[in-house]
Amino acid sequence: MASQFGIGQPVRRSEDKRFLTGRGTYVDDINLPRQTHAVVVYSPHAHADIKSIDTSAAKSAPGVLLVLTGEDAQADGLGGYGQALMPEDVGGPPGFRTTRPVLATGRVRHVGERVALVIAETEEQARDAAELIEIDYAPLPATVLAEDAVKDGAPLVWDGAENNLCFPLMMGDADATEKAIASAHYVAKVHIYNNRLTTNPMEMRGTIGDYNRAMDEYTLYTSTQNPHGVRAEVAGHILHMHETKLRVIARDVGGGFGLKGGVFPEDALVVWAAGKLERPVKWVPSRSEAMILDDDGRDQTLDAEMAVDKDGKILAMRWIALNNLGAYVVGPGAVVPMFALGMSQGVYKIPTMLVATKAVFTNTPPTTPYRGAGRPEATYTIERLMDAAARGIGMDPAEIRKRNFIQPSEFPFETHTHQIYDSGDYATALDKCLELSDYKNFAKRRAESEKAGKKRGLGLSYYIDNTGIFNDRMELRFDPSGSLTIVAGTFSHGQGHETTYKQIASDLLGVPFEDIKLVQGDTAAVSFGRGTYASRSAHVGGSALKAAAEAVIESGKKFAGMMLEAGESDLEFVDGLYKVTGTDKAIPMTEVAKFAYIPAGPPSELGTGLEGVGNFATTMSSFPNGAHVCEVEIDPDTGKVVIDRFFAVDDMGNIINPLLVAGQIHGGIVQGVGQALLEDMVYDRESGQLLSGSFLDYAMPRADDVPSFQIGMSEVPSPSNPLGVKGAGEGGTVGATPTVINAIVDALESAGVTNMELPATPERVWRALSKAA
Amino acid sequence: MYDFNYQRASSLDDAKSKFSGADDARYMAGGMTLLPVLKQRLDQPSDVVDLGFLDDLKGISEDGGNLVIKAMSVHHAVNTSDTVKSKIPALAHLAGTIGDPMVRNRGTIGGSLANNDPAASYPSAVLALNATVHTDSRTIAADDFFTGMFDTALNEGELITSVSFPIPEKAGYCHFPNPASRYPIVGVFVAKTADGPRVAVTGAGACVFRVPEMEQALASNWSADAVANVKCSADGLNEDIHASPEYRAHLITVMAKRAIEAAG
Repeated sequence: MASQFGIGQPVRRSEDKRFLTGRGTYVDDINLPRQTHAVVVYSPHAHADIKSIDTSAAKSAPGVLLVLTGEDAQADGLGGYGQALMPEDVGGPPGFRTTRPVLATGRVRHVGERVALVIAETEEQARDAAELIEIDYAPLPATVLAEDAVKDGAPLVWDGAENNLCFPLMMGDADATEKAIASAHYVAKVHIYNNRLTTNPMEMRGTIGDYNRAMDEYTLYTSTQNPHGVRAEVAGHILHMHETKLRVIARDVGGGFGLKGGVFPEDALVVWAAGKLERPVKWVPSRSEAMILDDDGRDQTLDAEMAVDKDGKILAMRWIALNNLGAYVVGPGAVVPMFALGMSQGVYKIPTMLVATKAVFTNTPPTTPYRGAGRPEATYTIERLMDAAARGIGMDPAEIRKRNFIQPSEFPFETHTHQIYDSGDYATALDKCLELSDYKNFAKRRAESEKAGKKRGLGLSYYIDNTGIFNDRMELRFDPSGSLTIVAGTFSHGQGHETTYKQIASDLLGVPFEDIKLVQGDTAAVSFGRGTYASRSAHVGGSALKAAAEAVIESGKKFAGMMLEAGESDLEFVDGLYKVTGTDKAIPMTEVAKFAYIPAGPPSELGTGLEGVGNFATTMSSFPNGAHVCEVEIDPDTGKVVIDRFFAVDDMGNIINPLLVAGQIHGGIVQGVGQALLEDMVYDRESGQLLSGSFLDYAMPRADDVPSFQIGMSEVPSPSNPLGVKGAGEGGTVGATPTVINAIVDALESAGVTNMELPATPERVWRALSKAA
Repeated sequence: MYDFNYQRASSLDDAKSKFSGADDARYMAGGMTLLPVLKQRLDQPSDVVDLGFLDDLKGISEDGGNLVIKAMSVHHAVNTSDTVKSKIPALAHLAGTIGDPMVRNRGTIGGSLANNDPAASYPSAVLALNATVHTDSRTIAADDFFTGMFDTALNEGELITSVSFPIPEKAGYCHFPNPASRYPIVGVFVAKTADGPRVAVTGAGACVFRVPEMEQALASNWSADAVANVKCSADGLNEDIHASPEYRAHLITVMAKRAIEAAG
């Protein structure tokens, strides 16, 4: 139904009123009666044997209620955190599986591994007592970089994981690729270290456990992207209880970006401790603690080659990588290299290719999905190669891409890595972006910059993402007043589902937007769901919501038939009204809903009330894609890079709300720029100590680090789902990083620079210029 | 943060007496360094003596060829003072580059100088302008004040009351910010003073320092070109994940040139 709140309308976010006025409810805003406070004691060593732990002084410190160590966890039979998915689960090679304990025993394998938990009446008392715990460590040699971990004689993180290998992955045809590269007109080569990042959501992870002895029931309030996933891990795998005994509640969550898609030791620790104390146990870290205790993202090293002929046609691509998993392969950690390989072909036709990686253990915190999760690594690599190939044969970077694009007529298109792309029109989006960015007049702007002593470069890239993973479930429930509740299996943690789902439901059922409410994030209120990550919610949740709406319309027909005194087959549902076909008799959905709740009248088979359940199981992913163009200006004296202009034209399928999509693109680009220029999680190569553990050293992007973005849309509906949507959450991040680096290399090309490390810090740019000169 | 006694000073004498009467006291001016340090449990004083209510220690004036800034003047006051902007605009500019608006409305010049962070901005201005630091008991020349990393000529319990800056013929400041903290990786303040040109560098080393080679070059030729070929040694300069000693040495020359251009 066309209305100002329907699908496609730029509706302002319902949730913003509370977010922007400080009325959100984050974990730290929740305080329960008789609440206690927990502090985690973690390893200061990257690799060490624990010789002894003396907790006696801490236990007798003022206000201390409980001190727990790994031995206590073992005594209580606690399990640990394993893997959500490994390659062998989907037909790949076997891997070395680890179990991350809630508290370490015997050995610690990274700085930040949890060793003890102290609970006291106040947080300060818990911190005072934590300092009294004496732990005797015997430090061991550590391995930090993936390239060091695979060397002969490297310290082993796990006995039994030879050469620190967790699993290898390979796709493609080695012989054909070698042959094509050996005889090619030109072979572009790049070496890449896709830098390690930390997430830094505005709301840090925090968690509160509670136990009600009378009901023998646990409650966990946590900052997560996936409440049912947390319940399954904490109840099922760690504390070994039925999931019905644990209720997980996530209220407002201030950003997740993949970090909060998994489960952390603290989630299980507070539930376990609450059971012992029969009091609520709250854990909220400081920002510095969060940077040490959170898992990290990215960290892939690779050498890549692309062979092209003299006309710029791609003949072959090959890349050999190392993925640094950290000390444990946890939750969806293995998905990152799998996605990186899976999406390595980009948007191009490539006759033959080989992509391979070894996922290896090191004495660093685990790496897990971070906005994009492997797709940024894939796009970064191929888009750097495309630029290098264009330079090598002297071809315009837009032209070489166009010559190799998969064409609109070729969908569905299966890649060498077994992805089946749904739809797209890459050349059109690229042309729109070139137009938007005034590509043709770049030379004039470069000349202007040169007059001012600055080096200007233009970078472009064409990204592709993969969205819409797994299945999910949505419910729609009317109440007797005729207002509507959406019960979502997904979990909005900043995306704006409270707005977009209401738009969809309003549009499909004709219920006023303001009469619709979203319920999510409480395992007692939502029967099941998989949460929100990997840009899945519009595709999977939106499609399930459409199915739920169709179920409601079908159920409502019986009631409407009674009200209109017509047979069901004579009814049609149009613009929120049940109509008797061919007559002017009609009744709105909301009136039918009210009627469905009358205490007597409708027979049993019609049911009491009006509701519907919708399911959607993805059989084909959606593949959002788009073109980015940016221009940078570099100060050759300092190496400082300034992004002067940035443009994006995206194909994110049908758009539910252009305002929110633009917001996702803007935020995504900033995160991609952060990786390109600023953010770097640095661990000392020998000791494994974190060197960028606060905002004094970890450079988050700020508003003045980016220009105003200009974005455009070039929608091609996806046939993969009934809404025709493609996930909008990650594309900005996937595309921005290579775009910025391509622009920097372009700016410095005349000085002889051909590659640039991530992040392109001022010193790195200055050194590249100095070396080339 | 560990427990401590909070004591609010009502006068300069009261501050000194509260400080000396405590086991292990710290003065707090704006608290922009002390509070984060306490929150991270990196210091455990018995008492914190808050100077924030000593209004006698706030104010900016001109006094016979000197610009006098009292110790508890916040950076925002220096940044926006008409007196500073007309007499030493480079100093007003420098104050506006420190931290963010919240820091600039809490942090003070006295606190910054007493702390002498290697990456603090103010020490470069004090040293280049050949200022005099006034304390509750004496005056200290800029060249004698900064003695090392987080170290000054101040005695235990001695309080800065004001700083007097001789008004220079010209002055300029330019810094290259750390992308994360935005403290200067290198900041250079240049001044054409009655005693000749002075060039002071912050951020690059353990403590603010002068560059005599540049000062000599500028004495005969006050221009950016004069310092362009003065290369600083990387020996002893700071090293961290953002900048190597070599890069810092290079930036000293670049920032000095720009500071001179800004000075005019």
